[in-house]
Amino acid sequence: MSFARLVLVVMAKDLRAELRTKEALNASLAFAVVILVLLSFVIESDDVPQKALGNLLWLVFAFAGTLVLNRSFAREVPNDCLDALVAAPISGAALFLGKALASFLLVLAMELVALPVFGIFYNVRWAQQFWPLMLVTVLGTWGVTVIGTVFSALTVNIRLREVMLPMLTYPMLLPALLGAMELTGDLVTGTPIGPDTVTWLKLLVGFDVLFTAASVTLIEFILVG
Amino acid sequence: MNAVAVEGVWKFYGDFPALRDVNLEAASGACLALIGRNGAGKTTLLRAIAGFSKTGKGVIKILGTSPREPATRRNIGFIGHGIAVYDELSARENLTLYARLYGLPDPRQTAIEWLERTGLERVRDGLVREFSRGMRQRLAVARAFLHKPSVLLLDEPFTALDDRAIAVLQSLLRDSLAEGRTIVLSTHQLREALELASDVALLVRGQVAFHGPCTPEMVADPGLVYRRHGEG
Repeated sequence: MSFARLVLVVMAKDLRAELRTKEALNASLAFAVVILVLLSFVIESDDVPQKALGNLLWLVFAFAGTLVLNRSFAREVPNDCLDALVAAPISGAALFLGKALASFLLVLAMELVALPVFGIFYNVRWAQQFWPLMLVTVLGTWGVTVIGTVFSALTVNIRLREVMLPMLTYPMLLPALLGAMELTGDLVTGTPIGPDTVTWLKLLVGFDVLFTAASVTLIEFILVG
Repeated sequence: MNAVAVEGVWKFYGDFPALRDVNLEAASGACLALIGRNGAGKTTLLRAIAGFSKTGKGVIKILGTSPREPATRRNIGFIGHGIAVYDELSARENLTLYARLYGLPDPRQTAIEWLERTGLERVRDGLVREFSRGMRQRLAVARAFLHKPSVLLLDEPFTALDDRAIAVLQSLLRDSLAEGRTIVLSTHQLREALELASDVALLVRGQVAFHGPCTPEMVADPGLVYRRHGEG
């Protein structure tokens, strides 16, 4: 079976298992919406520059996304399913990419529901630069997902993995989050990506490429030692 | 060529040597029973042979190559302490998933054949989380056997099995041996294991205390190896 098909098999398995229970998706979605709504009562959007609201949005995405990413490899713990995956004749890279893609789609789904909520409660016309915003959302989310998935594998056998995962991932995510925040801050105010902000886009692309390559290379070592 | 060869293997957990200079081999078509008290290193050794963990020193080869080689992994079937099937998926979905991961030509048909063989065809679309313990174990057996592995590594395969699951497993193991497959199994249930075994290895505190052919004397008196070579 080709590499791409193996990636899709792992991705489909994770999505099917998650959609049967919706544990992580519901928790992530509820967390994002509740935090956005609660903060809207604290933050007067008229007093805060709209550009800064992009920062808030990405912090919510990162925190809520962690709830999905926590489950990525933790899903394999009951019944020792990880052993069977490691024993199967698939590369660590295919396993990693399948899991990362499944988590990416789940986090993206949460973000696409949270965006209109953000627009309503913060009085932001977020869709003015819809496609560039989608590009930044996809790139930022892939960065969050790659780092989250690799650390999910690293912490899978730790008892306090739900606590450890955010502590490990957020410092690593800083460059990607900074890029996504800067770009989103502009895009939600209707400012397109220009020569002064394209550097952030390049940073985001570079982060994604670098950490995807590093994760794919290291995952076998992380899983087997 | 030996199907399984373990040469001078050491495995450390921190400073503690869980395996100490282990040398073992199992010829093609042999059934090697790994016996030993709790904590002797049976599970650690089987996991190392399966390629789940790296060893400190020494070499492990399955069919002449490293257990981490994808081609070698295609030839290994493993049953560990967990059933390694997903509670959120149905029995058929679980087996189809593994058939796909092993690159079998017709995953859905293979899954259905194994569900029939293990007596689970009537619950094939039921979620595993709704299964009884015995049904889950039969599904685990189907999962380990469905890609027709040349080498079977079984860690305590008879533990907590119901009568029907024991019968299914024993029948599959006998068929496997008749077809020339190699089995390495760790167990505390000496009688069941020695009835199948062609060779026996006794582990005592991470070391091989005895390794030799399984004799009728041992089958008649399963505690004999422990008394002669173990710690009583």
